[in-house]
Amino acid sequence: MRIGTGLLLGLLTGLLWGTIAVALTGISLTLITGLPATPIISAGALGGAVNAAIILLRPPADRTPGLYLVAFAAVIITMMLVSFGAPFSLAFSESSLIQAFGVGLIALAVTFANRAVLIDIQSGMLKRYAIDLVIVRTLKGFGFVFFSVIVILPFYVMVMTSLKNQQDLFLNPLDLSIDLTQGAASLFDSYVELFTKFNFGRFLLISTIVSVCTVLITLAFSIPGAYAVARLKFPGQTVLSSSILLIYLVPMIVLVIPLYAVFSQLGLRNTVVGLLIVYPATTVPVALYMLQGYFRGLPAELEEAGLMDGLSRFGVIWKITLPLALPALASVSLYVFMIAWNEFLFAFMFLDDPDIFTLSRGVVSLNSSEVPRQHLMAGAVIATVPILVIFLWFERFLVQGLTAGSVKG
Amino acid sequence: MAPSNSTAQSPATTTPRKGKLGPMARREARLALWMLAPTFLIVMGIVLFPLLANFWISVKPVTLSDLRPPTPVVSERVRGDFDIAGQEFEIQYRLRNSSRDGNITDVVLTDTLPAGITVIDPGDVCTVAGAEVRCALEGLPAGERTRLKMTAVSDESFAANPVSPRDSEPTVTGTSDNILTNSEFTLDNFARIFDSHEFWSVLWVTIAYTVFGTLGALVLGLFAAQMLNKPFAGRSIIRGLFLFPYVAPVIAVAFTWVILLDPFNGTFNAILQRMNLADEGINFFGQRDIPIDVFGLTIDFPLALATVIAFEAWRYFPLSFLFILARMQSISSDMYEAAEVDGATPLQQFWHISLPQLLGILSTLFLLRFIWTFNKFDDIFLLTGGAAGTRTLTVDVYEQGFALSNLGAGAAVAVAIFILLLVFAVFYFKFVHREDS
Repeated sequence: MRIGTGLLLGLLTGLLWGTIAVALTGISLTLITGLPATPIISAGALGGAVNAAIILLRPPADRTPGLYLVAFAAVIITMMLVSFGAPFSLAFSESSLIQAFGVGLIALAVTFANRAVLIDIQSGMLKRYAIDLVIVRTLKGFGFVFFSVIVILPFYVMVMTSLKNQQDLFLNPLDLSIDLTQGAASLFDSYVELFTKFNFGRFLLISTIVSVCTVLITLAFSIPGAYAVARLKFPGQTVLSSSILLIYLVPMIVLVIPLYAVFSQLGLRNTVVGLLIVYPATTVPVALYMLQGYFRGLPAELEEAGLMDGLSRFGVIWKITLPLALPALASVSLYVFMIAWNEFLFAFMFLDDPDIFTLSRGVVSLNSSEVPRQHLMAGAVIATVPILVIFLWFERFLVQGLTAGSVKG
Repeated sequence: MAPSNSTAQSPATTTPRKGKLGPMARREARLALWMLAPTFLIVMGIVLFPLLANFWISVKPVTLSDLRPPTPVVSERVRGDFDIAGQEFEIQYRLRNSSRDGNITDVVLTDTLPAGITVIDPGDVCTVAGAEVRCALEGLPAGERTRLKMTAVSDESFAANPVSPRDSEPTVTGTSDNILTNSEFTLDNFARIFDSHEFWSVLWVTIAYTVFGTLGALVLGLFAAQMLNKPFAGRSIIRGLFLFPYVAPVIAVAFTWVILLDPFNGTFNAILQRMNLADEGINFFGQRDIPIDVFGLTIDFPLALATVIAFEAWRYFPLSFLFILARMQSISSDMYEAAEVDGATPLQQFWHISLPQLLGILSTLFLLRFIWTFNKFDDIFLLTGGAAGTRTLTVDVYEQGFALSNLGAGAAVAVAIFILLLVFAVFYFKFVHREDS
């Protein structure tokens, strides 16, 4: 081993990986099993550094699986030594199997990460290119860990909280473990209560009806509109197609007060019909814009041929354009469905009657000190799961639709 | 967009002269208008009309209670024995104005009497024609109650089979002054919101939230896109996972964050304490400022605002991530290969090739996200309700209009938002949209 920037960088990344691995494993151990584990950060950090040093002992070409095995063992030994045999501040006699598994996982993760970062790096002085390579790989790895944690943690907490008892959670907020011996009935207690006592079956139905109707109405309005903008020529066409964009820069909160006033006087507030007027109005411009872009990309010759063959305009749209535009229709529908399903502001402002609450409005009504917290989270899960399932099913379409150049967030 | 250009120039559809359209073209234009008409109507009615109505409401002293216009309310009573033939009895209509501060004019009451009842004395304001009773009052001032009395007798046939005169419901109509449509104007709402110190702090919070929230989402999105740019096993799964925050309903993720960051029994605070990073629970959404020592200087860090901004960046990074990734995939790999041969390091390649190529999409995203973040209401409303120095203009609309039930003031704030947006939109169309298309 030669001493140089390679070794220095290797030690630094080793420290970083060790720290991340021990912290994440320690916290996960607590969150998943309920063990009161406090990871000894210094132990992990030193273990990571030793691991990197051992990998760098040999030049890249001579690194054998045996070397990595030694490096792997070194992490475990270092961690045990530094933490006096208690890497998670727990006596090793307590749940030794889980702890051993945790330590093994840390050693494996650190070895894997160090190997990936240092694979073609030697311990001596490095060229700028190699230094950059180490930095970029480290950043990438860190990014994966970081994004996975920030995305998974909230959703994990949401699901686990909904399955737990409020008292247990107040006692130890870190213990998100699930006691599977209690049986399904008590595990899904809050879900059962939401459906039996809090009317969530109805909210689910209303949300589905509102979202599906919004999609249908939006399509009914936007398909002819988009076709006209994309294919037909009329005065003011360009002005119109670009001003459609302006509409969806209008903030919903600005529309709320006048709509509230007018809908109150017309008796449309607190009705599903009211929502079915407002939702499509806010989604039609976006849908129209997305569709017209797609329609423009379709070959006009096919439609002209259809016209020659004696089809009417609407026949052409129905028999030629729409079948060709199915992917676009799918992405627009999915997108509009998502907006309507997730909509909160108007549902919150307009609906007072629990008989016609949408899911968003229903979950908000659970946010009170009288309703236990697991109910609120169970409501959140019920609102989230359908949209996530649909999204995962049609992800490709949604991604296409979103990046087609028009989105509302 | 090449196809549209080619159709525009194709000889078959070229318009002969400006202003004069051929019969085919005219038919096409008419068809287009018909196809666009429904969209026009719904957008006009639900988007543009309210937008203008805001200006109208903002110069009116409207409160929430004004939305229920004053209406006359009537209850009917019968005093005396109407089931004894020939006996006089009294029919009373008690009228009440439902509002405490709105007058009603031209109050007209109509009722139908059962057959067999004859009115002897209809009183001053009522007239009886057959079985129809009609009473007209000039007005019913705010908070006023009044009684209309009629004396009547019943005959034998009625007494044998009596039905209460109350069985037929009297109807009453009246015109009241609707504050939404009258010609009373005032600038009080604007004076109220601009005079308060609150407004300027709200404006600053809005700007900070918008700028940092937008930048945060962009930087996170750029970072994530950079990670997923090169294909690897499981990339599409990770891409789907990264989109979760954006796809999940705002109520679900907002409440999850509130519970996750709860100062007393939130998981995140418990983690911080377990890792010895904090001594006691930090009230992320409830604490306005937290003192931070930087080199002996104590800075008040706006904690709640920063947390809300972090939420915004978390929730919307997937969107910028998607757009940036899509753009990155379209950068040709030749440039990178050439740079590689020239010995450019990965960081240099990012800085000198990727970033300049991404500048267009980044600036477009910045502007769009800037405007949307500026418009955002639900996130902050659900997280903090605008407390602890996180009230933005949009939350202020709700606060003024509904929490303080002063619709006029809420509309005035909405007008302010709209004008600021107009400035952004002009900027957008002038500098970004043209470049983009």
